[in-house]
Amino acid sequence: MAANTNFEKYKSDGSIGGNVLEWVDARFPATSMWKGHLSEYYAPKNFNFWYFFGSLALLVLVLQIVTGIFLVMHFKPDASLNAAGVPVAFASVEYIMRDVPWGWLIRYMHSTGASAFFIVVFLHMFRGMLYGSYRKPRELIWLFGVGIFLCLMGEAFFGYLLPWGQMSFWGAQVIVNLFSAIPLIGPDLSVWLRGDFVVGDATLNRFFSFHVIAMPLVLIGLVAAHILALHEVGSNNPDGVEIKKLKDENGHPLDGIPFHPYYTVKDIVGVVVFLMVFSCVVFFAPEGGGYFLEYNNFIPADPLKTPPHIAPVWYFTPFYSILRAMVWPILGLDAKFWGVVAMGASVVIFAFLPWLDRSPVKSIRYRGPIYKTFLTLFVICFVILGYLGTQPPSYWGEKVSQVCSLIYFGFFLLMPWYSKVDKYTPEPERVTMK
Amino acid sequence: MSKENKVDCGRRRLIVATAAVGGAGAVAALVPFVASMLPSERAKAAGAPVEVDISKLEPGQMMTVEWRGKPVWIINRTKDMLDTLPKLADAVADPKSEKEQQPAYCQNETRSIKPEVLVAVGICTHLGCSPSAKFKHGAEEGMSGDWLGGFLCPCHGSTFDFAGRVYKAKPAPTNLEVPPHMYLSDTRILIGEDKKGA
Repeated sequence: MAANTNFEKYKSDGSIGGNVLEWVDARFPATSMWKGHLSEYYAPKNFNFWYFFGSLALLVLVLQIVTGIFLVMHFKPDASLNAAGVPVAFASVEYIMRDVPWGWLIRYMHSTGASAFFIVVFLHMFRGMLYGSYRKPRELIWLFGVGIFLCLMGEAFFGYLLPWGQMSFWGAQVIVNLFSAIPLIGPDLSVWLRGDFVVGDATLNRFFSFHVIAMPLVLIGLVAAHILALHEVGSNNPDGVEIKKLKDENGHPLDGIPFHPYYTVKDIVGVVVFLMVFSCVVFFAPEGGGYFLEYNNFIPADPLKTPPHIAPVWYFTPFYSILRAMVWPILGLDAKFWGVVAMGASVVIFAFLPWLDRSPVKSIRYRGPIYKTFLTLFVICFVILGYLGTQPPSYWGEKVSQVCSLIYFGFFLLMPWYSKVDKYTPEPERVTMK
Repeated sequence: MSKENKVDCGRRRLIVATAAVGGAGAVAALVPFVASMLPSERAKAAGAPVEVDISKLEPGQMMTVEWRGKPVWIINRTKDMLDTLPKLADAVADPKSEKEQQPAYCQNETRSIKPEVLVAVGICTHLGCSPSAKFKHGAEEGMSGDWLGGFLCPCHGSTFDFAGRVYKAKPAPTNLEVPPHMYLSDTRILIGEDKKGA
């Protein structure tokens, strides 16, 4: 078993450092944690490109927390107007950008980091779908992961209100009003969420509280649970075979290598490449073409005027398109309610993947043509939905998003059937090094 | 059976009772925290009525005032605009304004006290965006050719006619809200209060 219990204690070799470590180890599981999670955590030796994104997600989390701490030093969550007639919150962001030394860099790192977080997490989730990483015995890792994704969406949404620009304001207005679609309690619930009858100062302050305290705490807890669960059962790999089945005389998996130094060094390469791309965006295209920072958000929030075209930030657009695709009232309930249900379901449905997938093999390498077709269609629809969500509503956009939503849900709901009848080739005994 | 014997039933009942009392206490402790997120007394007090002078509002013009933080539109409709209303009876979802989105004194074809002056909350009943005025006919406003004028919500494409009635098969479920209002004189409107003091 992995040595992540505190049974293994360091015995000093007589040096000062050794004595200190022995003293600590008698009181805290330092050595056993180091071994259990790093130097003797055996990961499959055939990790490929797709396995960079877990550690990169952790890096971006740290980046967001550190830049966030420094932004809070200058930001003011206050919707009242200053002497110049500009909302204080909006003005304090401009102050960070113009007057705080290096403030622009910290803020651009934070805003670019939000988009980077979603890029990395989408790719990380796609890796799980490619190689069946959610399958038994890793269902809980996947569930914690879905929890992280939900938290991340909440964190991004709350954070987006803070600059108090037009998109911040109207985006929050639309999303909070989603809750008013719930029958009976909806309207009261949305008043409770806003703390006022419209999005206002009360809303800004509570979103600030959620963004900097509540969500990060939950997020960090879930990330810890995600990693602990992973280290309990061991990592999956591109072949989807269990490396713990075949072990050497020391009880280590034949196809496993210690995470440290092998994968720490590999991940450093990923980190360097990631930071190169990240820096290019931060320094040369921090607005990301209007996708990372929307142009309308450089206008202070105006509760009396909706911008002519409002769209959520790019990472919400696939789900937003699904919301817009529902235009029919069913069972006497408004189309608005079903739109909200469909949007919620499109995110939560990921949690059911471990039980929807009935294929005898995990990895796409050994799956048949039906799954490959469905996964390809799913990705195409996800991208189309994402694109349509950034566009103003239109007749054809609505029709296309309805078809794409159908395929999106079909991918999940038909999976118990097609993953079972699909052809497959048997998994090999050992991992392969393609 | 043998397991049953080892359990001290009196002690177990005490544990259950303690857990229940503790649980009730924990739930009770939630109340102030949950309630603290409701609108404060200050927020509730901010909903005072607003008085508006419409003497300068020419026919065909529209003005926006703020009431309870929401945009309220006042539109002085021309005869052409009013003439579009009967034509749209089949195109709108609730032509007779049967859903309670207006005070009883505005449940008529023009959804207003004076036929030409519409007072409506300029917030889409779908998700709370503020629709934009598209008063001209057809393609002049970038709409379809048979567009007779009205409002378009930029967020999800709901359309409303000159009485704030929502078109069929649009995301917005109901007509725009008409707030309680009354005429203090021929050209002065009080929004947020009517004769009954609502």
